[in-house]
Amino acid sequence: MDVFIQQSINAVSLGGTYALLALGLAIIFSIMGMINFAHGELMTITGYALMYCGLVGLPFVIAAPFAILIAVVAALLMERIAFRPVRNSSGATLLVTSFAVAVILQTLFQNLVSPRSQAVILPDMLAQSVHFGSLSIGINQILSITITLVILVLLNWFLRHTILGMAMRAAAEDFSITRLMGVRANAVIAGAFAISGALAGVAGVLWVAQRASVDPLMGFIPVLKAFIAAILGGLGSLTGAVAGGFALGFIEIYLAAYLPDHIQPYREALALGIVIFLLLLRPNGLVPAFNVGREKV
Amino acid sequence: MAILTVEGLHVHYGPVEAVRGVSLSIEDGEIVALLGANGAGKSSTLNAIVGLVPTHQGQIGFKGDSLVGLATEQLVRLGITLTPEGRRVFGSLTVEENLLLGSMPLRKSADRRKQNLERMFDLFPILVERRQQIAGTLSGGQQQMLAIARSLMSSPKLLLLDEPSLGLAPQIVDTIFDQIVALRDSGITILLVEQNVAMSLEVADRGYVMAAGSIVTSGTAKDLGSSHLIEQAYLGHQ
Repeated sequence: MDVFIQQSINAVSLGGTYALLALGLAIIFSIMGMINFAHGELMTITGYALMYCGLVGLPFVIAAPFAILIAVVAALLMERIAFRPVRNSSGATLLVTSFAVAVILQTLFQNLVSPRSQAVILPDMLAQSVHFGSLSIGINQILSITITLVILVLLNWFLRHTILGMAMRAAAEDFSITRLMGVRANAVIAGAFAISGALAGVAGVLWVAQRASVDPLMGFIPVLKAFIAAILGGLGSLTGAVAGGFALGFIEIYLAAYLPDHIQPYREALALGIVIFLLLLRPNGLVPAFNVGREKV
Repeated sequence: MAILTVEGLHVHYGPVEAVRGVSLSIEDGEIVALLGANGAGKSSTLNAIVGLVPTHQGQIGFKGDSLVGLATEQLVRLGITLTPEGRRVFGSLTVEENLLLGSMPLRKSADRRKQNLERMFDLFPILVERRQQIAGTLSGGQQQMLAIARSLMSSPKLLLLDEPSLGLAPQIVDTIFDQIVALRDSGITILLVEQNVAMSLEVADRGYVMAAGSIVTSGTAKDLGSSHLIEQAYLGHQ
């Protein structure tokens, strides 16, 4: 039983990070119809920002928000420089553009920082854990779960109770008509990128806090997972992205914990198999987007 | 004085010429009907006026200022708005959220927004009780009223109405047309695109008839109603 609870906490923690990343992808997709594969590089940028902050001796409580801010700025620059010029192009153009941005950034990290993994100085506290009976929960897991929940509540509040949030929900449904209301397309899209950057930044801090290192390709795998989570949840649906993120977290952690050793090498394949099975049952995802199949921008 | 003038408007979708040299003008305080069969280019004309589709060639003027090249989101601030074909309310948002989005240009003035909201609730009482309801769950007629109310939230001077009666039950259509007249009486100029020719000519002051992307005839509603020009335009011979 203890193992089960322990693993469930691990699953919530990992799933939360996937959920934040998947949300970032989903917000952009819902408004622009684009999967931003450079989303992972926003995580990596956050990681490098943390690394440099550690090197100059900034305390973590200042370094973490600063690194997230860097991710927001990077996301806004990405939109302005790379995505705005191709905004009205086909989905394929947008997708290839985002791949190009990802590869350019990875190459820059390799050449300007180092192709190898760099250590990130973190407070010792993060590596400690608290004990409840025979349970041992890492401080970074508690932080990760708490922060994820706070972010989800804040984002939900923002989308429901602010004009920009309302405009973003409207734009996700029908972009032209939202513009007809006098909502500036640039404001909505820049807003979406800022939020997506912040989510990637938070996910980046949580990811690095578990590993204490950063490398040029760090963002690729988690964003691939987040992409799977977003599809599992229902592409373009924000609630779906969160559901998909947590579902994928649980699937991966439980498989890692309970599969017999000789099947462990097939764990990832099995996890994806389960995702495909779930999609066969619910082709539009766990919580489908409101406007499945409608035209974007 | 003409509030809207369109001169030699061309709209192309790739190689398809949907609108070929349309010219029309609307005086302040009029209801003008734009009639014609399916695919005649009526909706394309409206969409070009509000910048939802690009103008290939031609001039569009609003109170003497050119609109060509302006972004869609700028037009509502000038006082032009469109209630689109098929209503296109934000189905996942509540009725009130839809209305608030309609008043984006008045974002800075909470008082005027509130006033407008109250006015819409007076004009369309059904929306009061549905205030917190998700718009996608409204009936077709209620959605049409919401779509019109959403357009009016910005206090427009010129309202473009695209097929407001499409797919609605006859008694709802009557209500909608009564409201169109009431809007004109309150000082809003209206350009009405409609399939329902008889009712349009009943409420309109003047009309234009389009066929195959061009205007084939125009005149006062009375003249158009009593001539055979419209039937000819719909049937395709001139």
